[in-house]
Amino acid sequence: MSILLDRDSRVIVQGITGRMARFHTKDMLAYGTNVVGGVVPGKGGETVEGVPVFDTVKQAVEATGADASLVFVPPPFAADSIMEAADAGIRYCVCITDGIPAQDMIRVKRYMYRYPKDKRMVLTGPNCAGTISPGKALLGIMPGHIYLPGNVGIIGRSGTLGYEAAAQLKERGIGVSTSVGIGGDPINGSSFRDVLERFENDDDTEVIAMIGEIGGPQEAEAAEFIRDHITKPVIAYVAGLTAPKGRTMGHAGAIISAFGESASEKVEILSAAGVTVAENPAVIGETIARVMGKAA
Amino acid sequence: MDIHEYQAKEVLSNFGVAIPSGALAYSPEQAAYRARELGGDRWIVKAQVHAGGRGKAGGVKLCNSENEIHEACDNLFGRKLVTHQTGPEGKGIYRVYVESAVPIDREIYLGFVLDRSSQRVMIVASSEGGMEIEEISAERPDSIVRSIVEPAVGLQEFQAREIAFDLGLEPRLVQQMVRTLQGCYAAFSELDATMVEINPLVITGDDRVLALDAKMSFDDNALFRHPQIAELRDKSQEDPRESRAADRGLSYVGLDGNIGCIVNGAGLAMATMDTIKLAGGEPANFLDIGGGASPERVAKAFRLVLSDKNVQAVLVNIFAGINRCDWVAEGVVQALRELEIDIPVIVRLAGTNVEEGQKILAKSGLPIIRATTLMEAAERAVGAWQRDLTQNTKVRAVQ
Repeated sequence: MSILLDRDSRVIVQGITGRMARFHTKDMLAYGTNVVGGVVPGKGGETVEGVPVFDTVKQAVEATGADASLVFVPPPFAADSIMEAADAGIRYCVCITDGIPAQDMIRVKRYMYRYPKDKRMVLTGPNCAGTISPGKALLGIMPGHIYLPGNVGIIGRSGTLGYEAAAQLKERGIGVSTSVGIGGDPINGSSFRDVLERFENDDDTEVIAMIGEIGGPQEAEAAEFIRDHITKPVIAYVAGLTAPKGRTMGHAGAIISAFGESASEKVEILSAAGVTVAENPAVIGETIARVMGKAA
Repeated sequence: MDIHEYQAKEVLSNFGVAIPSGALAYSPEQAAYRARELGGDRWIVKAQVHAGGRGKAGGVKLCNSENEIHEACDNLFGRKLVTHQTGPEGKGIYRVYVESAVPIDREIYLGFVLDRSSQRVMIVASSEGGMEIEEISAERPDSIVRSIVEPAVGLQEFQAREIAFDLGLEPRLVQQMVRTLQGCYAAFSELDATMVEINPLVITGDDRVLALDAKMSFDDNALFRHPQIAELRDKSQEDPRESRAADRGLSYVGLDGNIGCIVNGAGLAMATMDTIKLAGGEPANFLDIGGGASPERVAKAFRLVLSDKNVQAVLVNIFAGINRCDWVAEGVVQALRELEIDIPVIVRLAGTNVEEGQKILAKSGLPIIRATTLMEAAERAVGAWQRDLTQNTKVRAVQ
């Protein structure tokens, strides 16, 4: 049983009639993901890549028993779509959309708290590449073939840097239990901490790799959580050692604005918490292999 | 997006925040005329640039006569103001704000930010206004008051009152402070701001609470629903390369090094810069051309990176996921043919169809330096740049 996403997950795609969403729906189906439907208001009754389209998430859930959702809706309407999924009883939602206003995300998070914890939807993203449990299911836009099934749990902010790490692992014959993109936005659905907790309780995961970057307190918060609650080995890489202070580096959240937000400070904080830090992005795979060798 | 002080004051005053009377001027003559309109005999002339630290940098002048206003303006207009926030190149002064001087009793710091820990809006206030918040938190952390706003109901009056009393305000001033705080929060939430800073917020000799300075930043992702804010953009305050990149949908940040970078994805772009540094070089820029890497985007990226005259080698690092390496390789070849680049170009491709991509690069006959791993790419880029540098120096010595 993988975390968040498994072979049995029943997936709907919100915004399925868009060009990108169609493309990735096809890709996910080819990977073996159980995509059972799509949602676009006003397009109910249509079919995309052989799956039925519904007007509302509620209708889709009633008709298909969907429990997971992938949001491809454009930024001005994405927050509304996430809340719709949360209200319709979706258990896990990945939001790919980049460019959602930060205050919309604040409202989304506040809205999700109206449900008790056992009924509350889990959100990862926005502005992420998605989640994959290799060999089982893909809920996102990453190329499935660069991941081998295995026992490394990956949590990362960045899409292509996450691919880089997965490819380095594949080269060494090391596989991944689940890879979760938490996205590059300042206000996100799940933090490193949230996903670390899931990997700690996951039998399929032996070691955890965390790929962070400059900006925000989530790496430092994760370090504290790792020190106190994580027993599995954790490897980390933090991008942006050469990033100047006060400038936004591509991701809306990648900006050093306070103490503890630069890459070197995060590396220091993580090392102090017992995390093995890969000094540079070229040795992420090597470092994980070394730690696994020790663990085995 | 940042806006000017005078714009922020106008926005905030529309939400009930009290400000001193003032007016904008584009020339010394206009500034003197504005001062006469405002009346009184003491004015502050303030350079309007998108940066803090203007006072220390000489961008704010107290004037006691029209002559002094002329003189102050002659010194400001057309000059580049260099503060600790602008970088050494400074920011051009094309507008000044003339404001009636007010008698100050106390200075307060007031800031509204998106707090990433609580994922909510946080108010930060301190009785030690006038200093920058970094200094305050280093020297007088005990003076800082924080309050987090519950997004469902907004800033409550009791919270604003608590802040006012914690700052040690006299009871007769509390109501004015509450109005100021609520005005700032309303502006912040209704206009999708990411930062509101009033430093200092002053208590005047005649018991008024006034915003003497004001800074606001807005969420670029929300500008679509605030056209009146989007209109306040002042391109003269932006790095021209960065605004050109933004207009083309690329994310670019200029740096001081000489190895240009073209990468897809923000995290990988930062990681590439880090690897260049590790290999002994200095990156010239951050550039994320987006998850996809179409030939047109690659060509645009080359043009942008090469517009920086310090660039002496270019490293292209593309991890092709959904798009394929052969397609990206075609784009690189096409761009290099069109642009006739005479500095070393290093290309590292990874991901889907990488072999086909490498073949296309090799067959092109172009002097592309290829690399398989990230580290190899960085080392080759730094190596090629150093070689190129020594060769050129030799050529120059012979001439």
